Amino acid sequence: MEKDIGSGQVPTWCPGCGDYVILGSLKAAITELGLDLHNTVIVSGIGCGSKTPHFIRAYGFEGLHGRTLPVATGIKLSNHELNVIVIGGDGDGYGIGGNHFMHTARRNLNITYIIQNNEVYGLTKGQYSPTSMKGFVSPSTPEGALEEPVNPITLSISAGATFVARSHSMDLGYTKQMIKEGIQHKGFAVIDVFQLCPTYNKIINAQFFRENLYKLGPDHDVTHKVKAFEKGLEHYPKIPYGVFYKEEGKPTYEEGLPQLKEKVLVKQNISAVDISPLLKKFR
Amino acid sequence: MTEKEIVNDLSWKIGGEAGMGILNAGMMFAKIAMRGGLFSIAHAIYPSLIRGGHNHLDVRVNSEKIYSHRKEVNVLVALNKETFDVHKEKLTGGAGVIYDHDEYPIQESELPKKDIQLIPIPLLKLSNQFGGRIMRNTVAIGATIALVDYDLTLFNDILQQTFAKKGEKVVQDNIGAAKAGYDFVKSTLRHSFKYTLKKEHQKNFMLISGNEAISLGAVRAGAKFIAAYPMTPASSIMMTLAKWAQQYGIVVKQTEDEIAAMNMVVGANFAGVRALTATSGGGFSLMVEAFGLAAITEVPLVVVEAQRPGPATGMATQSGQGDLHFVLHAAPDDFPRIVIAPGDIIECYQEAIRAFNLAEKYQLPVVLLTDKYLGESYWSIEEFDTGKVKIDRGKLLTDEQAEQQQNYLRYKLTSDGVSPRAIPGQKNCMHTASSYEHNEEGHEDELEEVRIAMAEKRYKRFEATQKEFSDPELVGDKGAEVTIIGWGSTKSGILEAMKSLKRDKIKVNYLQIKYLSPFPTKKVAEIIKKSKKTALVENNQSGQLGALIKMHTGLSLDHTILKFDGRPFFPHEIYDEIKKIVKR
Repeated sequence: MEKDIGSGQVPTWCPGCGDYVILGSLKAAITELGLDLHNTVIVSGIGCGSKTPHFIRAYGFEGLHGRTLPVATGIKLSNHELNVIVIGGDGDGYGIGGNHFMHTARRNLNITYIIQNNEVYGLTKGQYSPTSMKGFVSPSTPEGALEEPVNPITLSISAGATFVARSHSMDLGYTKQMIKEGIQHKGFAVIDVFQLCPTYNKIINAQFFRENLYKLGPDHDVTHKVKAFEKGLEHYPKIPYGVFYKEEGKPTYEEGLPQLKEKVLVKQNISAVDISPLLKKFR
Repeated sequence: MTEKEIVNDLSWKIGGEAGMGILNAGMMFAKIAMRGGLFSIAHAIYPSLIRGGHNHLDVRVNSEKIYSHRKEVNVLVALNKETFDVHKEKLTGGAGVIYDHDEYPIQESELPKKDIQLIPIPLLKLSNQFGGRIMRNTVAIGATIALVDYDLTLFNDILQQTFAKKGEKVVQDNIGAAKAGYDFVKSTLRHSFKYTLKKEHQKNFMLISGNEAISLGAVRAGAKFIAAYPMTPASSIMMTLAKWAQQYGIVVKQTEDEIAAMNMVVGANFAGVRALTATSGGGFSLMVEAFGLAAITEVPLVVVEAQRPGPATGMATQSGQGDLHFVLHAAPDDFPRIVIAPGDIIECYQEAIRAFNLAEKYQLPVVLLTDKYLGESYWSIEEFDTGKVKIDRGKLLTDEQAEQQQNYLRYKLTSDGVSPRAIPGQKNCMHTASSYEHNEEGHEDELEEVRIAMAEKRYKRFEATQKEFSDPELVGDKGAEVTIIGWGSTKSGILEAMKSLKRDKIKVNYLQIKYLSPFPTKKVAEIIKKSKKTALVENNQSGQLGALIKMHTGLSLDHTILKFDGRPFFPHEIYDEIKKIVKR
């Protein structure tokens, strides 16, 4: 495994953007796990952070806004030997892609999903996002957002994700560790990375992180779904991070498909498929 | 009866409520006819509900090749009174009505013509001896076979095969019910019936729908993945492939919505698997953004759009051709897509295979545009030759070729616009495909010259596809008084109308435009210019093909025959209009 897995492309994120840290964490996780770059696909949507695939020398697919998970599902089912890592923002995943999020979670494909959650729309210049705090003032909500924010942790657990974690963008090492655990987990792993957007989110800053975030201790039972859910409900002002929930041994979606047992779908020989036995049914 | 007997030219209709087994009965009757060496067509009309409503299904049988269903009815099986009331005007002279006099009496005075026979049968009473009211359709088919003097053993064989899985008792009950209906008519019919069926030399036939033919084509072409969301009239493609999935190693994914379906198919094709989705206009609306995604990422894609009338939910279970312009222009900005409209069963099969080859060879989206009539009706046709098929994967790199690549460029500018295609898992060819405009590497790039080069590259591939398509051909008479122009499933009604026009010694010919994008401009213009009179036949309100022809050739057609009531053309509707045009 080469040390530098960068593509040579240079990100143009704002100075201080959490995306740099998440990119660094992801690259380090891939390197340390020794994943083959040609067997790794990074799928993203649209948003500042969704440009990530361009910066890593693996296969990448920067698709449509909110449609990361269906694309990743199509890739995974076509070649389940690939490492499929999905990355996208909070608007992409919990907003426009919310329906896919729910349904992909319950399928439990062996996919790792990293959400760059900065509680704001950056690329479109600062509108509130599905995870913005109630009352968040933005150009589209000058009087403050009226909705309750999406809770990524409880949403993931209730939707059926089998690995649910939170990290934050001021801790590259821990974020890397969470991503590594997510990739190693067999099943649908959600890693919500709470991140800074110094340009558009003036509330969530370094001081906010220091004052409000705390790491889950060893006393937290990650195998206990109800307790994990309870921990997930702890939101403001004190926000826990770490692995909330982990369910091991649950069969993945692809394992439930007998047609994938012998070989991956893409390796099937299609040069001379004999359909003559099917014709009999129409006689 | 003194009237002349009509042998092997029968239109049979069965009608009742949803849930009465109308479709199954119709399919069985069409198969009975087919297995006796006759041509048959089954066409069902049903409302969008599970119970109640009025369902009816036509089976047309002939000893010669037939193309279309027709309006007139020679035998009407009325499983309720409504069926008789709705369809009695379609009964021909000498026709018969099979119905249950105990349950819903019909009086002679209700008949629209004098020489129609009422054939009262205690359907319910007889079916109750063999497993209940659900058997009424079986009794009625047995009765029909007696009425038209056909062969009951053909029906017994089908019942045996259909119900074998459910055990011997069910088989015997069905055979008993069929015989009860048969015997009742044989013993009570006062005089011979005008319409009869006689077995002919057995042919190598199968009874198959357009959706099934497309499914067969997809399997033959090596499609291994379908993601779809149920939507009439396309759903049976997903369900058919699901039946064959284990045998052929196909993954069938029913998705949360059509957006997911199309994006999954893009992902699967990106990963190197031949994949498709199938939907109707409403579902395709949701797929449109990802349709553009396939275009800009140059991922091969096949989508079946089986049309039904809209807008929005429209008429969920009816037929129409209103989506031609929609699929031609779906998704923002200019980009090429191939649009193919099969006109019959064999074309559904062949064009499905072609679609997969073209999608991969030119790395662009291909639409197979059908409709409810073609997709869900059944035709007896000669078995496909499933042997010779070329699987052309274009510039897809083998693993060995990929490994030898140096400085691989996924979107390399080439003379034909098609770039060598690598897929995940292959060494040395890692790249990112992006929905943004991009450079040869695939990275986002908005420089003017890059944009122009990429947009031109995408169209170059389209120009290269032109050589793949044969010119449309005129069929029919030379020196025709009228040249009929159409696309898709209207082929059946047009060819049937042409048979009648030929009998009247009216010279007509027919131009079927199967390939709508790229459009065969030169040939179409040439044919129109040489025609005496042209008549456009379309199952839509505005004459969308006519507008397309005008756009490409600058030529207007002389006459339009349009139908947009949600039903496919009856041949006589085209026939009548052409007659008027000739007289003008």
